[in-house]
Amino acid sequence: MKLTVNGTEVDIASEGDTPLLWVLRDELDLVGTKYGCGMAQCGACTVHLAGQPVRSCVTPVSAAAGKAVVTIEGQADGAALTAVQRAWLETDVAQCGYCQSGQIMVATALLKENPAPTDEQIDTAMAGNVCRCGTYPRIRKAVHLAAKLIASEAMV
Amino acid sequence: MSHSSMNAGLSRRQLLQAGGALLFAAECPITFATKANAAGGGAMMNSFVRIDPSNVITMLANHSEFGNGAYTVMTMMLAEELDVDYRAIQIEAAPTSPDYYSPLFREYLTAGSVTTGSTWLPMRTAGAKARAMLIEAAAQVWGVSQAELSTEAGEVYHARTGQRRPYGQLLESIHRLKIMPPETVSLKDPSDFKVLGKPTQRYEGAAKVDGSAQFGIDLKLPGMLHGAIARPPVHGGRVVSFDATAALKMPGVVKVKAIGAGVVVLAKSYWQAQKARGELNITWDRGDNDGVSSEQFYRDYRALAEQPGILAEDIGDALGALSGADRVIESVYEMPLLAHATLEPLNCIAQVSENACTIWSGTQYQSNDQEVISRFLGIPQEQVTVHRPLMGGSFGRRSSKTADFTVEAVEAAMGESVPVKIIWSREEDIRSGHYRPLFVHKMRGSLDASGMPDAWHQVAVGQSLMQGSKHDPAYMVRGIDIYSLDGCLQEPFGVFPYGTSYQIPHHRVESHNAPRVGIVPQEWRSVGHTHTGIAYECFLDELADAGEIDPLELRLRLTKGHARMNRVLRVLREKSQWDEPLGAGRGRGMAARIYSVSPIAQAVEVSVADNGDFTIDRVVCVLDCGFAVNPLGIEGQVEGGIAFGLGGAAFGNIDIVNGEVQQSNFHDYPVIRMPQMPKVEVHILPSDEPPTGVGEQATAPIAPAVANALFNATGRRVRRFPLSSQGFKLV
Repeated sequence: MKLTVNGTEVDIASEGDTPLLWVLRDELDLVGTKYGCGMAQCGACTVHLAGQPVRSCVTPVSAAAGKAVVTIEGQADGAALTAVQRAWLETDVAQCGYCQSGQIMVATALLKENPAPTDEQIDTAMAGNVCRCGTYPRIRKAVHLAAKLIASEAMV
Repeated sequence: MSHSSMNAGLSRRQLLQAGGALLFAAECPITFATKANAAGGGAMMNSFVRIDPSNVITMLANHSEFGNGAYTVMTMMLAEELDVDYRAIQIEAAPTSPDYYSPLFREYLTAGSVTTGSTWLPMRTAGAKARAMLIEAAAQVWGVSQAELSTEAGEVYHARTGQRRPYGQLLESIHRLKIMPPETVSLKDPSDFKVLGKPTQRYEGAAKVDGSAQFGIDLKLPGMLHGAIARPPVHGGRVVSFDATAALKMPGVVKVKAIGAGVVVLAKSYWQAQKARGELNITWDRGDNDGVSSEQFYRDYRALAEQPGILAEDIGDALGALSGADRVIESVYEMPLLAHATLEPLNCIAQVSENACTIWSGTQYQSNDQEVISRFLGIPQEQVTVHRPLMGGSFGRRSSKTADFTVEAVEAAMGESVPVKIIWSREEDIRSGHYRPLFVHKMRGSLDASGMPDAWHQVAVGQSLMQGSKHDPAYMVRGIDIYSLDGCLQEPFGVFPYGTSYQIPHHRVESHNAPRVGIVPQEWRSVGHTHTGIAYECFLDELADAGEIDPLELRLRLTKGHARMNRVLRVLREKSQWDEPLGAGRGRGMAARIYSVSPIAQAVEVSVADNGDFTIDRVVCVLDCGFAVNPLGIEGQVEGGIAFGLGGAAFGNIDIVNGEVQQSNFHDYPVIRMPQMPKVEVHILPSDEPPTGVGEQATAPIAPAVANALFNATGRRVRRFPLSSQGFKLV
């Protein structure tokens, strides 16, 4: 089975019913995508599949065959962080940081759909992502900042 | 704050050895690959700072980073005195040896929000002493007076001649000139601080936005096997027999064996292990806890609360005052079991050889892990090496006294030639964990003629955290676990110099240690305050209501003898616009606690719908944590502490029926999510007192503040938690 992960085509040896999460982590050593619940309850495992955010813990790898998978490791272009990542850093969002890969993947997808979300829209879009450290106020702030950064970059 | 010449943090012996490490580094640069050996071999003992010839500055961190900001405040302290960029400092987890034990706990333990306070002098002193040696070396090399030299960005600088030299290039001179660390050193005056006290971004923040931060669950060792454990349905249950025929036929499965924790499946990948675990056929002995239930705990504890407990404090004559009072207010508060649910599930990698063991574990409590493993394997403690990666949350769970998630990995790895990594599924975490013990507090109170509290009688019942543990002598006073009464006593108690900031003339507090059955109790962020805070602050609210005195006004009057809390309350009144009325369906409540020695108070505004659904519109939090080392970090900890306590109060509930935990994952053990998170306004009071930690401080008052606000809005008093069990749903 072949997957395209972060722009590179890879051969997968895992059984087809293996969740994409564990293929990424155990077979491809892309451990930035996290296990948190195994039943799409916490969002820590969020990746983009064909451009859409999905919970990789409940996505069998067979469902991703032939499609483009993008993980947190595929966000920054070398050392150049994305606007969302820069906003996260600038806002000092992370505490333990374990959920933040998933948060960033969801926020990135949100801002593609909606370049200037309101607080309420952010809350709704991010409601599936648990942060036990309670960084929610800073996530909200960082999403707004990222929206501004993206908008100002688009104008250049 | 005292900032005169001091060497309070490090003994002369330690400093000499710290200097020795510096010299050693000059002679023999130590690479990261060999750091563990170098440390274990003793050459690096007692040093927090290592500088190598290429000017890499390394701090040996003897506190864990699990979101608490330990690495940030510790590098800030070192950076301030050593004049380097805090982010240029490399961090190594200090080895698990007594030299690195917390002077407070005398163990290698990160807990109790003490990291900032207990490293404040040692880390600064370590930096200042290293700097003094570098200055002395440069002065001698250049033939100039020390007074003419300054340091910046990792270099010694001589303004008159423009000479500069990186620290790393002075190590050879330090060695050759036999420069020794000074006996004493002056620490910077706070007015000269460039880093401390300034809002500073998280040290390891960059690695936490690009997926490169390595948590324990992310580590992979050559040849490593992955293990998933089938655990007994009841705490303390045991395997009688098992049939692994089907499991062994599953792809990737290497071995299945019984261990103390259950039956472990070892496989090539975690998913293979987890999947094959589902094919096991196990006969369990359900053990002594088979009949245990939460409801029985409540019934038994309520009955115990009617009996005299062990007397912790009896100021004045509370029993006499209550028996003579016209009106006695009486309430029982009930708080359930709670799980920690760290987002990174528990995990540990272990490798066991004939007479040594190495673990890679996200742990708060290295010395205890080492001790338990050494006992388990029958090998000397120093033969157990602990590698400590970053942790995806902890909240007390990773300070396990039983070392449960560590020693089971060691047992699973016994007899294997390769390392074994155990990961707990979320279901195991919720069902088979350790818990904030269930507590019942029976409260009685009466008022004086002015409506102020006159007599207070509290009986606390719950499982002790410390009873029978190795901490028993220090944390049990006359058989009373001091955490069971966190913040409930007016006088100092055991090792706790603090209690409540309130003074009530007749004050009697008793405690029962409930039987240790059913579960293993465990510290949960803010420890005893998680239940004592609710009992004390909600009942005080009841007395305020009975005496028709505003609850904040009542607390202001009760804290006349406690200047720091009184100041916090005065600021809270102003910042929360406490005296401005709210509209219909809305309510305001507050609570105030002393955590460690530091006061904190919160005012909460809620809006409640007719069906009990409520939102928290605003939390105003005022705290005094001494000198605020990193205001940006403190604000984050306060927001996070509130979120954690709020989730527990709103819907946290572990319910045991016939010995089995009924919850299993985030769908039935809900935690706070983004839409439910209130706006939080944080006001840190300026202070010259030594800093105290804030990791747990903000968790303490939030639950009672919300319950009091709900009462204010609806007239309905919640006395059993979570709020969701009483018809109040946080939306």
